Amino acid sequence: MLARDEDILKAAEDWRREGRDVALATVVETWGSAPRPVGSNLVIDKDGNFLGSVSGGCVEGAVVTEAIDVIETGKPRMLEFGVADETAWKVGLSCGGTIRVYVEKVE
Amino acid sequence: MRLDILRSLNAERAARRAAVVVTDIATGAQRFVAAVDVDADPLRDVLLSHLRSGKSGMEETPQGRVFLTVHVPPPRLVVTGAVHISQTLAPVARLLGYDVTIVDPRTAFATPERFPDVRLIPQWPDEALPPLGVDRYTAFAALTHDPKIDDPALLHALSRDCFYVGALGSKKTHARRLERLKANGVAEAALSRIHAPIGLAIGAVSPGEIAIAIMAEITASLRLAAAPSLPSSAGQERQIDLPSSGLQPNAHPPAGHGRVAAGGG
Repeated sequence: MLARDEDILKAAEDWRREGRDVALATVVETWGSAPRPVGSNLVIDKDGNFLGSVSGGCVEGAVVTEAIDVIETGKPRMLEFGVADETAWKVGLSCGGTIRVYVEKVE
Repeated sequence: MRLDILRSLNAERAARRAAVVVTDIATGAQRFVAAVDVDADPLRDVLLSHLRSGKSGMEETPQGRVFLTVHVPPPRLVVTGAVHISQTLAPVARLLGYDVTIVDPRTAFATPERFPDVRLIPQWPDEALPPLGVDRYTAFAALTHDPKIDDPALLHALSRDCFYVGALGSKKTHARRLERLKANGVAEAALSRIHAPIGLAIGAVSPGEIAIAIMAEITASLRLAAAPSLPSSAGQERQIDLPSSGLQPNAHPPAGHGRVAAGGG
């Protein structure tokens, strides 16, 4: 990735070193007009603090909720968001694209 | 992600080295591959292709579906010469995501009025370049047309293995330049890496057009087979292969651009 915005991966490492429980969400696939490119990251801690972006704001809330689950179970999870999804009314992407987000705990 | 993998990835990024994390989507298993180790990796070709594009992405492999988290250092452009061409080259390069620095000891040229929002170093290359950390993710263009400024900068750029090294000047000017550099102990293989006359052969006439030709040539060096993410030795071999692609003006001299680029020399 060539992006030079805030350093999410550095934050993920720093938060974990501070002893916080941390999950990392990554956009792994996109279809149609997705707001953030593949490889975009969001780092989340157990209390729901987060940094970064996987969708420019559309689905971050849902990703954070799922990430807190992932932190508890330790099991990675694949999430999918898009207008065709049944959760669209809750957390649909206004741009009409579909994204798949991989959420994993930082062990 | 395991903390040790995350730590390795961040360490490579901080050191401006490329790296990939391979994640098996079905099992969550992960491994870290530094750019120098890619050649020996079972997924070599797939990894190299991703390192060239600098893009993360999903891939089907014999081992299953994997996600590649690809990190390539942001490219830099270092130019000697706060000249007319640079006035277009700097903003274009910045739009393409390059971190741009212009070095020119001639303070009449290197003024913020001529180069708003560009890092300008009004010093000789010998002083200005070493602290910049010029590396294999740096493109270098020598544009002053003055050997006193361009030659030492070219020596530095070649010694730092810049992924692109280009120099303004006609074939004649370049032949004399090669003689001088050779006298300074530069090896033949390194000399052949210099793109001169500089820029893709698009018939560029104006300084702005020459800037576009240079930027296109830099892009080709970044994205085609000789990508800087490759391990050093492999990078050298591929670099020599490049002329056969027909993209180097040396192989196919342009009708007018070489002469224009050489203006005054």
